[in-house]
Amino acid sequence: MVHICTVVPISLTVGANRIVPAIAIPHPLGNPKLDKKEEKALRRQLVEKSLKALQTEVDGQTVFEC
Amino acid sequence: MSKLRVVHYINQFFAGLGGEEKADVKPEIREGKVGPGMAFAAALGQEAEIVATVVCGDSFYGENMEEARKLVLDMVKGQKAHLFIAGPAFNAGRYGVACGDICKAVSEELGIPVLTGMYIENPGADIYRKHVSIVQTGNSAADMRNAVPAMAKAALKLARGEDLKASEDGVMEKGIRKNMYREARGSQRAVDMLIAKLSGQPFETEYPMPDFDRVPPNPAVEDISKAKIALVTSGGIVPKGNPDNIEASSATKYGKYDIDGVTDLTSDAYQTAHGGYDPVYANDDPDRVLPVDVLRDMEKEGVIGGLHRYFYSTVGNGTSVANSVGFASKFAKELKEDGVDAVILTST
Repeated sequence: MVHICTVVPISLTVGANRIVPAIAIPHPLGNPKLDKKEEKALRRQLVEKSLKALQTEVDGQTVFEC
Repeated sequence: MSKLRVVHYINQFFAGLGGEEKADVKPEIREGKVGPGMAFAAALGQEAEIVATVVCGDSFYGENMEEARKLVLDMVKGQKAHLFIAGPAFNAGRYGVACGDICKAVSEELGIPVLTGMYIENPGADIYRKHVSIVQTGNSAADMRNAVPAMAKAALKLARGEDLKASEDGVMEKGIRKNMYREARGSQRAVDMLIAKLSGQPFETEYPMPDFDRVPPNPAVEDISKAKIALVTSGGIVPKGNPDNIEASSATKYGKYDIDGVTDLTSDAYQTAHGGYDPVYANDDPDRVLPVDVLRDMEKEGVIGGLHRYFYSTVGNGTSVANSVGFASKFAKELKEDGVDAVILTST
Protein backbone atom coordinates (compact mmCIF):
# COMPACT_ATOMS: atom_id res chain seq x y z
CA MET A 1 0.00 0.00 0.00
CA VAL A 2 1.08 3.53 -0.69
CA HIS A 3 -0.46 6.50 1.15
CA ILE A 4 -0.89 9.72 -0.81
CA CYS A 5 -1.54 12.49 1.71
CA THR A 6 -0.79 16.12 2.40
CA VAL A 7 -0.05 16.13 6.13
CA VAL A 8 2.85 13.68 6.21
CA PRO A 9 3.35 13.75 10.04
CA ILE A 10 -0.15 12.26 10.46
CA SER A 11 0.64 9.49 8.01
CA LEU A 12 3.86 8.75 9.89
CA THR A 13 1.97 8.60 13.18
CA VAL A 14 -0.70 6.21 11.94
CA GLY A 15 2.02 3.93 10.57
CA ALA A 16 1.98 4.05 6.76
CA ASN A 17 5.15 2.51 5.33
CA ARG A 18 5.16 4.09 1.85
CA ILE A 19 4.15 7.76 1.85
CA VAL A 20 3.86 10.14 -1.09
CA PRO A 21 3.27 13.81 -0.12
CA ALA A 22 0.30 15.37 -1.92
CA ILE A 23 -0.63 18.86 -3.09
CA ALA A 24 -3.16 20.23 -0.59
CA ILE A 25 -5.72 18.98 1.92
CA PRO A 26 -8.87 19.73 -0.14
CA HIS A 27 -7.27 18.59 -3.42
CA PRO A 28 -4.46 16.12 -2.74
CA LEU A 29 -4.17 15.06 -6.39
CA GLY A 30 -5.02 18.28 -8.16
CA ASN A 31 -4.51 21.99 -8.34
CA PRO A 32 -7.54 24.04 -9.37
CA LYS A 33 -5.28 26.93 -10.36
CA LEU A 34 -3.93 24.96 -13.32
CA ASP A 35 -5.82 24.31 -16.52
CA LYS A 36 -7.38 20.86 -16.84
CA LYS A 37 -4.60 19.40 -18.97
CA GLU A 38 -1.81 20.63 -16.71
CA GLU A 39 -3.73 19.50 -13.67
CA LYS A 40 -4.13 15.98 -15.03
CA ALA A 41 -0.41 15.88 -15.84
CA LEU A 42 0.33 16.86 -12.24
CA ARG A 43 -1.99 14.13 -11.00
CA ARG A 44 -0.29 11.61 -13.27
CA GLN A 45 3.10 12.56 -11.84
CA LEU A 46 1.85 11.84 -8.32
CA VAL A 47 0.34 8.50 -9.37
CA GLU A 48 3.57 7.57 -11.18
CA LYS A 49 5.53 8.40 -8.04
CA SER A 50 3.13 6.23 -6.05
CA LEU A 51 3.58 3.31 -8.44
CA LYS A 52 7.33 3.75 -8.12
CA ALA A 53 6.96 3.67 -4.33
CA LEU A 54 5.00 0.43 -4.61
CA GLN A 55 7.84 -1.07 -6.65
CA THR A 56 10.50 0.02 -4.15
CA GLU A 57 11.60 -2.25 -1.29
CA VAL A 58 11.47 -0.42 2.05
CA ASP A 59 12.54 -1.63 5.46
CA GLY A 60 10.55 0.94 7.44
CA GLN A 61 8.47 4.07 7.04
CA THR A 62 9.63 5.88 3.92
CA VAL A 63 8.54 9.25 2.55
CA PHE A 64 8.99 9.50 -1.22
CA GLU A 65 9.82 13.20 -1.56
CA CYS A 66 9.55 15.13 -4.83
CA MET B 1 1.78 41.54 41.69
CA SER B 2 0.95 42.23 38.08
CA LYS B 3 -1.06 39.65 36.17
CA LEU B 4 0.58 36.98 34.05
CA ARG B 5 0.39 37.82 30.34
CA VAL B 6 -1.21 34.97 28.38
CA VAL B 7 -1.35 34.54 24.60
CA HIS B 8 -4.04 32.19 23.29
CA TYR B 9 -4.00 30.34 19.92
CA ILE B 10 -7.27 29.29 18.24
CA ASN B 11 -8.42 28.28 14.74
CA GLN B 12 -10.72 30.09 12.33
CA PHE B 13 -13.76 28.19 13.53
CA PHE B 14 -13.46 29.07 17.21
CA ALA B 15 -12.62 32.66 16.27
CA GLY B 16 -15.99 32.88 14.56
CA LEU B 17 -14.47 33.55 11.12
CA GLY B 18 -16.16 30.54 9.55
CA GLY B 19 -15.71 26.86 8.82
CA GLU B 20 -13.84 25.13 6.03
CA GLU B 21 -14.31 28.03 3.63
CA LYS B 22 -12.09 30.05 5.97
CA ALA B 23 -9.58 27.29 6.78
CA ASP B 24 -7.01 28.97 4.53
CA VAL B 25 -6.76 32.23 6.52
CA LYS B 26 -3.25 33.27 7.46
CA PRO B 27 -2.36 33.92 11.10
CA GLU B 28 -3.65 37.19 12.53
CA ILE B 29 -3.39 38.62 16.01
CA ARG B 30 -6.17 40.28 17.95
CA GLU B 31 -5.98 42.20 21.18
CA GLY B 32 -7.48 40.46 24.21
CA LYS B 33 -9.64 37.36 24.32
CA VAL B 34 -11.66 35.79 21.50
CA GLY B 35 -14.15 32.89 21.46
CA PRO B 36 -13.14 30.24 24.02
CA GLY B 37 -10.81 32.90 25.47
CA MET B 38 -13.85 34.28 27.31
CA ALA B 39 -14.19 31.06 29.29
CA PHE B 40 -10.42 30.93 29.84
CA ALA B 41 -10.43 34.47 31.20
CA ALA B 42 -13.06 33.46 33.74
CA ALA B 43 -11.19 30.28 34.69
CA LEU B 44 -7.78 31.99 34.95
CA GLY B 45 -9.26 34.51 37.38
CA GLN B 46 -7.12 37.24 38.91
CA GLU B 47 -3.78 35.56 38.34
CA ALA B 48 -3.59 35.90 34.58
CA GLU B 49 -4.93 37.87 31.65
CA ILE B 50 -5.24 36.95 27.97
CA VAL B 51 -3.48 39.88 26.34
CA ALA B 52 -3.74 38.64 22.75
CA THR B 53 -5.27 35.89 20.65
CA VAL B 54 -3.65 34.46 17.50
CA VAL B 55 -6.10 33.09 14.96
CA CYS B 56 -5.00 30.82 12.10
CA GLY B 57 -6.86 28.67 9.58
CA ASP B 58 -6.33 24.93 10.07
CA SER B 59 -5.56 24.22 6.42
CA PHE B 60 -3.15 27.13 6.26
CA TYR B 61 -1.22 25.76 9.23
CA GLY B 62 -1.35 22.16 8.02
CA GLU B 63 -0.19 22.94 4.50
CA ASN B 64 2.42 25.59 5.35
CA MET B 65 3.74 24.43 8.69
CA GLU B 66 7.09 26.19 8.57
CA GLU B 67 5.67 29.48 7.38
CA ALA B 68 2.71 29.36 9.77
CA ARG B 69 4.96 28.48 12.72
CA LYS B 70 7.23 31.43 11.97
CA LEU B 71 4.37 33.91 11.53
CA VAL B 72 2.69 32.86 14.77
CA LEU B 73 5.98 32.83 16.69
CA ASP B 74 6.69 36.39 15.58
CA MET B 75 3.25 37.47 16.76
CA VAL B 76 3.69 35.80 20.15
CA LYS B 77 7.19 37.27 20.55
CA GLY B 78 5.82 40.81 20.44
CA GLN B 79 3.49 40.18 23.38
CA LYS B 80 6.07 39.57 26.14
CA ALA B 81 3.94 36.65 27.23
CA HIS B 82 4.51 34.58 30.38
CA LEU B 83 2.26 31.72 29.28
CA PHE B 84 0.96 30.29 25.97
CA ILE B 85 -2.27 28.30 25.64
CA ALA B 86 -3.55 26.67 22.42
CA GLY B 87 -6.96 25.17 21.74
CA PRO B 88 -8.60 23.04 23.01
CA ALA B 89 -8.71 21.14 19.70
CA PHE B 90 -10.90 18.21 20.83
CA ASN B 91 -10.83 15.66 17.97
CA ALA B 92 -10.11 18.10 15.11
CA GLY B 93 -7.00 16.58 13.50
CA ARG B 94 -5.45 19.55 11.73
CA TYR B 95 -6.28 21.86 14.66
CA GLY B 96 -4.70 19.40 17.10
CA VAL B 97 -1.52 19.17 15.03
CA ALA B 98 -1.37 22.96 14.76
CA CYS B 99 -1.85 23.40 18.54
CA GLY B 100 0.84 20.83 19.32
CA ASP B 101 3.26 22.21 16.77
CA ILE B 102 2.96 25.84 17.81
CA CYS B 103 3.18 24.95 21.51
CA LYS B 104 6.39 23.02 20.89
CA ALA B 105 7.82 25.92 18.88
CA VAL B 106 6.86 28.57 21.46
CA SER B 107 8.33 26.47 24.24
CA GLU B 108 11.60 25.91 22.38
CA GLU B 109 12.01 29.40 20.92
CA LEU B 110 10.60 31.62 23.67
CA GLY B 111 11.18 29.41 26.70
CA ILE B 112 7.80 30.10 28.30
CA PRO B 113 5.36 27.48 29.66
CA VAL B 114 2.91 26.17 27.04
CA LEU B 115 -0.20 24.04 27.25
CA THR B 116 -2.83 22.67 24.92
CA GLY B 117 -5.79 20.33 25.18
CA MET B 118 -7.24 17.69 22.87
CA TYR B 119 -8.88 14.29 22.61
CA ILE B 120 -6.61 11.28 23.17
CA GLU B 121 -7.17 10.00 19.60
CA ASN B 122 -6.37 13.35 17.96
CA PRO B 123 -3.29 12.72 15.75
CA GLY B 124 -1.72 15.79 17.36
CA ALA B 125 -1.70 13.96 20.69
CA ASP B 126 0.57 11.18 19.50
CA ILE B 127 2.91 13.54 17.69
CA TYR B 128 3.35 16.18 20.41
CA ARG B 129 2.61 14.62 23.81
CA LYS B 130 6.31 13.93 24.34
CA HIS B 131 7.13 17.61 23.98
CA VAL B 132 4.10 19.51 25.19
CA SER B 133 1.73 19.26 28.16
CA ILE B 134 -1.63 18.22 26.70
CA VAL B 135 -4.76 18.14 28.82
CA GLN B 136 -6.97 15.26 27.75
CA THR B 137 -10.40 16.54 26.65
CA GLY B 138 -13.57 15.00 25.25
CA ASN B 139 -13.88 14.51 21.51
CA SER B 140 -16.09 17.49 20.72
CA ALA B 141 -16.67 21.10 21.72
CA ALA B 142 -19.51 19.87 23.94
CA ASP B 143 -16.72 19.21 26.44
CA MET B 144 -15.61 22.86 26.43
CA ARG B 145 -17.04 23.53 29.89
CA ASN B 146 -14.88 20.75 31.40
CA ALA B 147 -11.84 21.28 29.18
CA VAL B 148 -11.32 24.99 29.84
CA PRO B 149 -11.21 24.92 33.67
CA ALA B 150 -8.90 21.88 33.59
CA MET B 151 -6.58 23.56 31.09
CA ALA B 152 -6.60 26.87 32.97
CA LYS B 153 -5.73 25.14 36.24
CA ALA B 154 -2.90 23.15 34.66
CA ALA B 155 -1.57 26.21 32.82
CA LEU B 156 -1.41 28.25 36.01
CA LYS B 157 0.48 25.42 37.71
CA LEU B 158 3.00 25.39 34.87
CA ALA B 159 3.36 29.16 35.12
CA ARG B 160 4.16 28.80 38.83
CA GLY B 161 6.86 26.31 37.93
CA GLU B 162 5.02 23.28 39.31
CA ASP B 163 5.09 19.85 37.64
CA LEU B 164 1.92 18.38 36.17
CA LYS B 165 0.85 14.84 36.98
CA ALA B 166 -1.27 12.70 34.66
CA SER B 167 -3.39 11.44 37.53
CA GLU B 168 -4.00 14.85 39.13
CA ASP B 169 -4.09 17.27 36.25
CA GLY B 170 -5.60 15.16 33.47
CA VAL B 171 -2.59 15.64 31.21
CA MET B 172 -1.37 12.94 28.84
CA GLU B 173 1.72 11.00 29.84
CA LYS B 174 4.79 12.46 28.18
CA GLY B 175 6.68 9.22 28.53
CA ILE B 176 9.61 10.95 30.24
CA ARG B 177 11.51 8.95 32.84
CA LYS B 178 12.81 10.72 35.91
CA ASN B 179 15.36 9.36 38.35
CA MET B 180 14.01 8.61 41.78
CA TYR B 181 15.11 6.67 44.85
CA ARG B 182 13.46 3.37 45.74
CA GLU B 183 14.17 1.19 48.79
CA ALA B 184 14.16 -2.15 46.97
CA ARG B 185 16.69 -2.62 44.20
CA GLY B 186 15.58 -3.29 40.60
CA SER B 187 16.07 -7.07 40.63
CA GLN B 188 13.94 -7.34 43.75
CA ARG B 189 11.16 -5.19 42.25
CA ALA B 190 11.23 -7.14 38.98
CA VAL B 191 10.94 -10.48 40.77
CA ASP B 192 8.11 -9.11 42.93
CA MET B 193 6.23 -8.02 39.83
CA LEU B 194 6.80 -11.35 38.14
CA ILE B 195 5.52 -13.28 41.15
CA ALA B 196 2.47 -10.99 41.36
CA LYS B 197 1.79 -11.54 37.67
CA LEU B 198 2.15 -15.33 37.89
CA SER B 199 -0.19 -15.50 40.85
CA GLY B 200 -2.78 -13.27 39.16
CA GLN B 201 -2.21 -10.36 41.55
CA PRO B 202 -2.27 -6.73 40.34
CA PHE B 203 1.07 -5.04 39.70
CA GLU B 204 2.09 -1.75 38.20
CA THR B 205 4.78 -1.70 35.56
CA GLU B 206 7.52 0.90 35.97
CA TYR B 207 7.97 1.20 32.24
CA PRO B 208 4.74 0.94 30.24
CA MET B 209 5.20 0.08 26.58
CA PRO B 210 3.77 2.65 24.18
CA ASP B 211 0.89 1.49 22.05
CA PHE B 212 2.75 1.05 18.77
CA ASP B 213 0.51 0.22 15.88
CA ARG B 214 3.04 -0.76 13.29
CA VAL B 215 3.01 -3.31 10.52
CA PRO B 216 6.05 -4.55 8.63
CA PRO B 217 6.13 -3.13 5.08
CA ASN B 218 4.96 -5.41 2.30
CA PRO B 219 7.52 -6.43 -0.29
CA ALA B 220 7.72 -4.32 -3.44
CA VAL B 221 5.38 -5.09 -6.32
CA GLU B 222 7.48 -7.04 -8.81
CA ASP B 223 5.76 -6.25 -12.08
CA ILE B 224 3.43 -3.27 -11.90
CA SER B 225 2.34 -3.85 -15.51
CA LYS B 226 0.68 -7.05 -14.35
CA ALA B 227 -0.60 -5.75 -11.00
CA LYS B 228 -4.21 -5.13 -10.14
CA ILE B 229 -4.40 -1.82 -8.27
CA ALA B 230 -7.26 -0.80 -5.98
CA LEU B 231 -8.18 2.68 -4.84
CA VAL B 232 -9.15 3.42 -1.23
CA THR B 233 -9.77 6.85 0.26
CA SER B 234 -10.52 8.57 3.54
CA GLY B 235 -11.49 11.65 1.49
CA GLY B 236 -15.17 10.71 1.35
CA ILE B 237 -15.60 10.27 -2.43
CA VAL B 238 -19.02 8.66 -3.04
CA PRO B 239 -21.57 8.44 -5.85
CA LYS B 240 -23.67 11.60 -6.10
CA GLY B 241 -26.26 11.70 -3.33
CA ASN B 242 -24.12 9.65 -0.92
CA PRO B 243 -26.30 6.49 -1.22
CA ASP B 244 -24.91 4.85 1.94
CA ASN B 245 -25.27 8.04 4.00
CA ILE B 246 -21.67 7.99 5.16
CA GLU B 247 -21.48 10.56 7.94
CA ALA B 248 -19.70 13.87 7.25
CA SER B 249 -17.74 13.35 10.46
CA SER B 250 -17.15 10.52 12.94
CA ALA B 251 -18.00 7.97 10.26
CA THR B 252 -19.39 4.65 11.38
CA LYS B 253 -19.29 3.05 7.92
CA TYR B 254 -17.51 2.86 4.59
CA GLY B 255 -18.80 2.39 1.05
CA LYS B 256 -17.78 0.01 -1.73
CA TYR B 257 -18.50 1.37 -5.20
CA ASP B 258 -18.43 -0.23 -8.64
CA ILE B 259 -16.46 1.75 -11.21
CA ASP B 260 -16.66 -0.78 -14.01
CA GLY B 261 -16.53 1.27 -17.23
CA VAL B 262 -16.02 4.57 -15.39
CA THR B 263 -13.07 6.40 -16.97
CA ASP B 264 -13.39 9.69 -15.15
CA LEU B 265 -15.04 10.80 -11.89
CA THR B 266 -17.27 13.68 -12.95
CA SER B 267 -19.07 16.21 -10.82
CA ASP B 268 -22.40 14.91 -12.19
CA ALA B 269 -21.89 11.41 -10.86
CA TYR B 270 -19.60 11.72 -7.81
CA GLN B 271 -19.06 14.02 -4.85
CA THR B 272 -17.39 14.04 -1.45
CA ALA B 273 -19.29 13.27 1.76
CA HIS B 274 -16.42 14.64 3.90
CA GLY B 275 -17.32 17.46 6.27
CA GLY B 276 -13.80 18.29 7.38
CA TYR B 277 -12.36 20.15 4.40
CA ASP B 278 -13.69 22.62 1.86
CA PRO B 279 -15.55 20.31 -0.56
CA VAL B 280 -15.60 22.73 -3.53
CA TYR B 281 -12.54 21.29 -5.29
CA ALA B 282 -13.42 17.64 -4.73
CA ASN B 283 -17.02 18.15 -5.85
CA ASP B 284 -15.88 20.04 -8.92
CA ASP B 285 -13.55 17.18 -9.94
CA PRO B 286 -13.51 14.11 -7.68
CA ASP B 287 -10.40 12.81 -9.48
CA ARG B 288 -8.54 15.41 -7.39
CA VAL B 289 -9.06 13.06 -4.44
CA LEU B 290 -9.42 9.68 -6.17
CA PRO B 291 -7.36 9.54 -9.40
CA VAL B 292 -9.58 7.22 -11.45
CA ASP B 293 -8.98 9.17 -14.68
CA VAL B 294 -5.19 8.76 -14.56
CA LEU B 295 -5.32 5.10 -13.54
CA ARG B 296 -7.72 4.33 -16.42
CA ASP B 297 -5.23 5.92 -18.84
CA MET B 298 -2.43 3.84 -17.33
CA GLU B 299 -4.54 0.71 -17.57
CA LYS B 300 -5.14 1.39 -21.27
CA GLU B 301 -1.44 2.07 -21.87
CA GLY B 302 -0.45 -1.11 -20.06
CA VAL B 303 1.47 0.75 -17.36
CA ILE B 304 -0.55 -1.15 -14.75
CA GLY B 305 -2.24 -4.52 -15.07
CA GLY B 306 -5.63 -3.14 -14.19
CA LEU B 307 -7.72 -0.97 -11.92
CA HIS B 308 -9.81 -2.96 -9.44
CA ARG B 309 -13.53 -2.87 -10.19
CA TYR B 310 -14.46 -1.39 -6.81
CA PHE B 311 -13.13 1.47 -4.74
CA TYR B 312 -13.62 1.78 -1.00
CA SER B 313 -14.32 5.09 0.67
CA THR B 314 -14.96 6.54 4.09
CA VAL B 315 -14.78 9.93 5.74
CA GLY B 316 -11.65 10.39 7.81
CA ASN B 317 -12.93 13.27 9.92
CA GLY B 318 -12.94 12.68 13.65
CA THR B 319 -13.49 9.03 12.80
CA SER B 320 -12.32 6.85 15.66
CA VAL B 321 -9.25 4.68 15.31
CA ALA B 322 -11.33 1.71 16.44
CA ASN B 323 -13.87 2.25 13.63
CA SER B 324 -11.13 2.72 11.05
CA VAL B 325 -9.40 -0.48 12.10
CA GLY B 326 -12.76 -2.25 11.87
CA PHE B 327 -13.41 -0.98 8.32
CA ALA B 328 -9.96 -1.86 7.06
CA SER B 329 -9.92 -5.35 8.53
CA LYS B 330 -13.12 -6.11 6.58
CA PHE B 331 -12.28 -4.62 3.21
CA ALA B 332 -8.60 -5.58 3.25
CA LYS B 333 -9.80 -9.19 3.38
CA GLU B 334 -12.08 -8.60 0.38
CA LEU B 335 -9.28 -6.91 -1.55
CA LYS B 336 -7.05 -9.92 -0.98
CA GLU B 337 -9.77 -12.35 -1.99
CA ASP B 338 -10.36 -10.30 -5.17
CA GLY B 339 -6.70 -10.73 -6.11
CA VAL B 340 -5.69 -7.10 -5.66
CA ASP B 341 -1.89 -6.73 -5.68
CA ALA B 342 -1.52 -3.18 -4.38
CA VAL B 343 -3.56 -0.35 -2.94
CA ILE B 344 -3.30 3.39 -3.39
CA LEU B 345 -4.83 5.10 -0.34
CA THR B 346 -5.55 8.79 -0.67
CA SER B 347 -6.23 11.12 2.24
CA THR B 348 -7.36 14.72 2.37
